[in-house]
Amino acid sequence: MIRMENVNKFFGDLHVLKNLNLEVAEGEKLVIIGPSGSGKSTAIRCMNFLEVPTSGSVYINGEKLTSKNRTKVVRDSISMVFQQFNLYPHMTVLKNLTLAPMKLHKKSKKDAEELAYHYLDIVGLREKAHVYPSTLSGGQQQRIAIARALCAQTKIILFDEPTSALDPETIQEVLDVMIKLAKENITMVVVTHEMGFARQVADRIVFMEDGQIIEEGEPEHFFTSAENDRVKQFLSKIIR
Amino acid sequence: MEGLFSLEAWEKVWTFRSTFLLGLLNSGRMALFALLLSLVLGIIFGLMATSSKKILRGISRVYVELIQNTPLVLQLCFLYYALAFSGNSMGIIATGTISLGVYHGAYMSEVVRAGIGSIPKGQFEAADSQGFNYIGKMYYVILPQSIKIILPPMANQVVNLIKNTSCLYIIGGADLISVTYSFVTGATTGGAYAPAYLVSGLLFFIVCFPLSTLASTWENSLKKRESRTVETQNTLAEGMVAKQ
Repeated sequence: MIRMENVNKFFGDLHVLKNLNLEVAEGEKLVIIGPSGSGKSTAIRCMNFLEVPTSGSVYINGEKLTSKNRTKVVRDSISMVFQQFNLYPHMTVLKNLTLAPMKLHKKSKKDAEELAYHYLDIVGLREKAHVYPSTLSGGQQQRIAIARALCAQTKIILFDEPTSALDPETIQEVLDVMIKLAKENITMVVVTHEMGFARQVADRIVFMEDGQIIEEGEPEHFFTSAENDRVKQFLSKIIR
Repeated sequence: MEGLFSLEAWEKVWTFRSTFLLGLLNSGRMALFALLLSLVLGIIFGLMATSSKKILRGISRVYVELIQNTPLVLQLCFLYYALAFSGNSMGIIATGTISLGVYHGAYMSEVVRAGIGSIPKGQFEAADSQGFNYIGKMYYVILPQSIKIILPPMANQVVNLIKNTSCLYIIGGADLISVTYSFVTGATTGGAYAPAYLVSGLLFFIVCFPLSTLASTWENSLKKRESRTVETQNTLAEGMVAKQ
């Protein structure tokens, strides 16, 4: 579904991704963890070309992503949920949800709204359809952002630290929605520090440090018998 | 000195009132077309200034710096006399319209650039991640948000543009200031300096004051809205820093 081949990314002199190779299968739930500055956000942002790799290739469904085809490939195949939600503040929740379906996926207003209400039900916020995002809590905004991603009905959804900007008490409501989603046949790639979520949902966990993958495996293996010392050290610090 | 505000002088201005109104009309018409030109140039070069392509940013920068760092009067003379000498004169009004449009286009471009620049990066990324192309992203997401920020300084530019029609005086234009000048120095109409310039100034004021009031009202309501959202903006900024 997603394949990254020898991806390198430089920001100026800073070598952020070092020859990264990563494959995500259809329907797989992949969780990327690692210390800050390890390049995990950059890695996930390369998957939809929000960052264009300095060298190497990214394939989506076998099609090589280029600056030319990215708009179309992203529109048809990939959605994203951001740390800062990035809802459109000048539109109501319903408009946020129907904009792309109507303008990009050529759905009628009626169909787009039906779709929007369907996903608002899934994230439990149907009653918020006509309010503006600024009136919502962080957790609610992120649930709306997830509904917006779902409205595109893509097979892949990328989550870039979806709970890192949230108050502790609203983190769980967002994680609950994501756990619900994980039961569907959607390919999910999640950058997160939520180890409980990773353990519960991930098919596979990848640990990144210094722009490289230094350990990967199924959650059980990962949390009980990680071999790399650095990983063990990280996990012991983050799991209390 | 006592004749400065004499009844006779006022009467003279009143008799020739249509001259002043015609000058105002010329100024207004020129300002209107120059405004349209400056808006088009401002949007084009403002968008170029926020482009990811270095060459477009460069071209926009050169235009803005060249225009902003030379006097309008010079640009006006250059266009008028250079063309006149090459035998392609296009008339004072057309010259004025183009000069004013190009001059204020540079300022409009800066206003547009600042407006777009004030939109958080996350908004661009959200539109990109949904698969909007450049035009869709700007049209549906970015410009509707930046228009509120752009409008007040734009209205101020309109005020400046109207006042700057007075520069046409240097090439002997038909604008309000030129007309006023011909009036006070004219053989049959001359002498009524004080009333003539007062009337001319009043006409400018009547047009410009509502516009600048509108601009500052917009600006204040924007500031109010900003102080209400400053908290969310702060958490946003922190998040951006925290993000690797």
